[in-house]
Amino acid sequence: MASDTEQIRGLGHSVRRVEDDRFIRGKGTYVDDVKLPGMLHMAILRSPYAHAKINGIDASRAQALDGVVAVVTGELMAQHNLAWMPTPSYDTQAVLATDKVRFQGQEVAAVIAEDPYVAKDALELIDVDYEPLEPIVTPQRALEPDAPVIRTDKEGKTDNHIYDWETGDREATDRAFAEADKVVSLDTFYPRCHPSPLETCGCVADVNPATGQATIWMTSQAPHAIRTVFALVAGLPEEKIRIISPDIGGGFGNKVPVYPGYVVATAASLLLGRPVKWIEERTENLISTGFARDFHMHGELALKADGTMTGLRVSLLADEGAFHADAQPSKFKVGLFGIVSGSYDLPAAHVAATGAYTNKAPGGVAYRCSFRVTEASYLIERLVQNAAYELGIDPAELRKKNFVPKDRFPYESATGFVYDSGDYQAAMDLALEKIGYAELRKEQEEARAQGKLYGIGLASFTEVVGAGPHHQYDILGLAMNDGAELRIHPTGKAILKISVQTQGQGHETTFAQIVAEEIGIQPEDIKVMHGDTDNTPYGLGTYASRSTPVSGAATAMVTRRVREKAMKIAAHLLEVSEEDVEFHAGTFSVRGAPDRTKTIQDVALAAYTNFPDGMEPGLEAVYYYDPPNLTFPFGTYAVAVEVDPDTGVWEVRRMVAVDDCGVRINPMIVEGQIHGGLTEGYGIAAMELITFDEDGNCIGANFTDYLLPTAVETPRFELGETVTPSPHHPIGAKGVGESATVGSPAAYVNAVIDALRPLGVTNIDMPLTSAKVWQAIQDAKALA
Amino acid sequence: MEITVTVNGVERTADVEPRLLLVHLIREVFGLTGTHIGCDTSGCGACTVLLDGTPVKSCTMFGVQADGRAITTVEGLMQDGELHPVQAAFKEHHGLQCGYCTPGMMLVGAALIQDNPMPSDDEVRVAISGNICRCTGYMNIVKAIQAAAQASSGATVDA
Amino acid sequence: MLPSRFEYHRAETLDEALSLLAEHGDDAKVLAGGQSLIPMMKLRFAYPGHLVDVNRIPGLDGIEETDDTLTIGALVRHRALASSELLRARYPTVAAAAPQIADPLVRNLGTIGGSIAHADPAGDLASVMLALGASVVLRSSGGERIVPISEFLVDTFTTSIEPDEMLTQIRVPAAPPRSGGTYLKLERKVGDWATVGVAVSLTLSNGSIGRAGIALTGVDLKNLQATEAEASLAGAEPTDDAFEQAGRLAAAAANPVSDVRGPAEYKRHVIEVFVRRGLAQARDMAGAA
Repeated sequence: MASDTEQIRGLGHSVRRVEDDRFIRGKGTYVDDVKLPGMLHMAILRSPYAHAKINGIDASRAQALDGVVAVVTGELMAQHNLAWMPTPSYDTQAVLATDKVRFQGQEVAAVIAEDPYVAKDALELIDVDYEPLEPIVTPQRALEPDAPVIRTDKEGKTDNHIYDWETGDREATDRAFAEADKVVSLDTFYPRCHPSPLETCGCVADVNPATGQATIWMTSQAPHAIRTVFALVAGLPEEKIRIISPDIGGGFGNKVPVYPGYVVATAASLLLGRPVKWIEERTENLISTGFARDFHMHGELALKADGTMTGLRVSLLADEGAFHADAQPSKFKVGLFGIVSGSYDLPAAHVAATGAYTNKAPGGVAYRCSFRVTEASYLIERLVQNAAYELGIDPAELRKKNFVPKDRFPYESATGFVYDSGDYQAAMDLALEKIGYAELRKEQEEARAQGKLYGIGLASFTEVVGAGPHHQYDILGLAMNDGAELRIHPTGKAILKISVQTQGQGHETTFAQIVAEEIGIQPEDIKVMHGDTDNTPYGLGTYASRSTPVSGAATAMVTRRVREKAMKIAAHLLEVSEEDVEFHAGTFSVRGAPDRTKTIQDVALAAYTNFPDGMEPGLEAVYYYDPPNLTFPFGTYAVAVEVDPDTGVWEVRRMVAVDDCGVRINPMIVEGQIHGGLTEGYGIAAMELITFDEDGNCIGANFTDYLLPTAVETPRFELGETVTPSPHHPIGAKGVGESATVGSPAAYVNAVIDALRPLGVTNIDMPLTSAKVWQAIQDAKALA
Repeated sequence: MEITVTVNGVERTADVEPRLLLVHLIREVFGLTGTHIGCDTSGCGACTVLLDGTPVKSCTMFGVQADGRAITTVEGLMQDGELHPVQAAFKEHHGLQCGYCTPGMMLVGAALIQDNPMPSDDEVRVAISGNICRCTGYMNIVKAIQAAAQASSGATVDA
Repeated sequence: MLPSRFEYHRAETLDEALSLLAEHGDDAKVLAGGQSLIPMMKLRFAYPGHLVDVNRIPGLDGIEETDDTLTIGALVRHRALASSELLRARYPTVAAAAPQIADPLVRNLGTIGGSIAHADPAGDLASVMLALGASVVLRSSGGERIVPISEFLVDTFTTSIEPDEMLTQIRVPAAPPRSGGTYLKLERKVGDWATVGVAVSLTLSNGSIGRAGIALTGVDLKNLQATEAEASLAGAEPTDDAFEQAGRLAAAAANPVSDVRGPAEYKRHVIEVFVRRGLAQARDMAGAA
């Protein structure tokens, strides 16, 4: 019970995480920790070819191996109508290949064995007769008229084109460009990278032969949505499917899609009557699961001579891989890329996007991208930086000149987003002050005189999260709403059940803090449950930074609903009318007689023992939240680098990140999210890359080739904050999980380009390896 | 092959194939699932355990190599029901998010502060450079290990 | 992937190990640190029928210096090389390289003998030993032979070791007074193989260069001794120009491939830069010695 002096540790407190207690003891339950009696182990055979016909599969030697229980092929899955499955983008994806393989690493067969080592042994004993076909490794090649058709499974498909999509006002934009004093353009490729959470994907599928009940432990950021999809795909009744997301070792969007391994393991369990565990290896994770980015972008910015931006025009080509499997709101073919006007008051903008199939893994919407906001933010911040150079205006000044002013919110952008709130100037000013921008520019001049290459890069991002209002936002038709269920127990403790799914964001602590703030029960007295579809309310899950904006809102609202009832009970206990009851931090008091009080704990007990006549007993509620709008976190990042002209090696000297995510529930956790995102941004800017050779071989399919920064390479970060609450969110919070991954790559790249500017370098595409930096210097020298 | 391994101070015996990796011996045979697997090319350190007090990648050793030797896993960090200073520091300083790299990080940290009671920021970063984290950006992991060092020795630490 | 099956033998003595190698020949591999072998076995690039675990053999993990020779036991772990006071003081090329090998976890188990016998052209220690003019001691049940490392390294992952032999020791000529050296390594991140590695060793004698050792990592089919560059420095004045010239010769002798780490031209350029920088550092050290 909170004493007069003890504060309720609600919003704004850096409450230490309750989930840590099990993790620091090594007592987390990740999916590979799940062991069931009779459990079998599954291993997947994958295609070595990027594009090939399958003329036959002979699994007899594998089936004969001691310890092998079954070998599943596409043919067997096809008999149960499970060789193909729908994707969130209304395409289909092969579960196990039947006619062709369409990317290196594609699933071809699965071995189910008593022992995981035997399962791997058996993979080598499956003979597949492949007939290689010409692989398509660029979307440009894919769209050439003579390119081989990848999706020969789609009736009537004669090309590799997937979609054309546009947003904004083409005419108004064309006019702006026609009248512009200056047009700055940039061609940039945001390469394919991968969320690569430290825990790979996997499941334990347990279909009970007697009851038909399917319990599937699964690395899933969206267990409820997956359950519905499974019901539709597998024809299993939805109430007989229980998806349990246990502890998840990182998601970053990698654990949203339904992967073939989940489907095959479930089918195998159904057919064999025993639990089947499938845990993918790192190579499988990198080569076949949801990748990120792979956008070829052409951007143009129209400006007046004084630097006022008047128009933005983008055309882009999306490399979608062999199946169109983007997990994003269905009405948006390139997610929320339309946010590309960013923090700037741009009167006209237009985006034209084309998507193409290639012989690569499917995906694209992942890795903390906020639904393609990473790509958009990168483009605009690179364009603005280059525009500053071309106009001879300082990059900070050019940005400030064009920021949406803080009194213009809610602000409707040229592509139809209504930004809820923002104060871009304040974040920028704080970042510049913290990094000592003016001093750094002076230092840069002196350094240049000595032949040293110092650079300063900025990125002032506005991103968009919290999908979303149901008219505009759905995935496979499912509205993107989330629920929260709260029950207060007789002894005054509580249980909160939520539909989102943490993968490290600390929901068990932060969501308890939301309840604590609203009802005055301490967070450690509130148990937070998530991840079990039988025991939590329905919702679309955690990705695109939507947990706080949507589920956090639901949590605040459900607590208010409970508080409303609590007020009535308090009035009953205090023997006054409800209008005379005041509530503050867990205490109900009588207006005008402040010493007459009841605590929430008193009220809770009364809800079960001494409630008013005619009132339904108990103290609980459920609330489903349909957000009225998205939320718009923002910030300014500033990076100072030094580049070694002899080797191209660049080092971050300072990295300042000022973020505004509205009200911060738990500042310690917010900062942790930002540190992580700044590191992912650094990895993407400096070293992370999935690429393909001309034969379609994937380079970047293990940690030897897909490079993740260690503590030695990773810069130190200095954080700052401004707080501009969201006016439409019940607690004013906006969400922050992806901001740093969205905003930071451009800051790092802008810093290196800034360092190389005197040498004539205007662009280097990520990752900025030392070799590429050196090459860019040589190329610029040759042109000089 | 029959082997005897001291795990967290307790002698355990097992009869295993030579090719069984140490990490699988720990997780599947001894049932200690706090040691994790994050990759297949010995590149992430999630599987780190202490071998006679020295941090090693348990995915890059065979279980039979640990015969007659002592292994410490994350489950062995607590002593007499008390959290090891490293464990307490990781919670206090938000040194973990998803928790998957955490056992390895804490074991490396524990070994480091035994040898080096006042590790600098750089020294900690080098010590954990064989352990990948995707969530934290390392800032709070470094802070936690330095704080653990301070708690263990009482000395102040230069950042 | 997981390794295929094998038979495991743990040798308690060197004789035991050698007789096992004699018995199983080509089908046996020595298991020391395992930090190169086991990853290859997990990928099934290597699948020996027999592993001979030599980790418990006594007497193979010393670092000792006599008047004319530094001997390093094959089982000396990289971590021990990195923390050796003797090496730091007298053999700075080794001391500079050891902490840059792989990552700290690998360094706790990886051994110098294993590293050199593995003969990965991207391995750091073989370049160090080439620059220092070292030899390896190869023992078999039949006896012992000592082979200069330049002859021992034959090709990618290939040495002149016989199937019944084990590398037991590395011998380095004792460092003369006024020696210096270092190891410069460009890697994309900790734990990656070298994009380029350069080992240099320099001795000064009456103001000019007595002996220069220069060897390169990751830029040829095997670790490469830059003999023309070395020859250009023998007896010469230790000037920046001489070092630049040596760098050019070393780069010209290398055969880097264009790959994910960069174009061949870039690697050649970095060789030049690192040879120049490394020799300058070595000169400063030798001058101060």
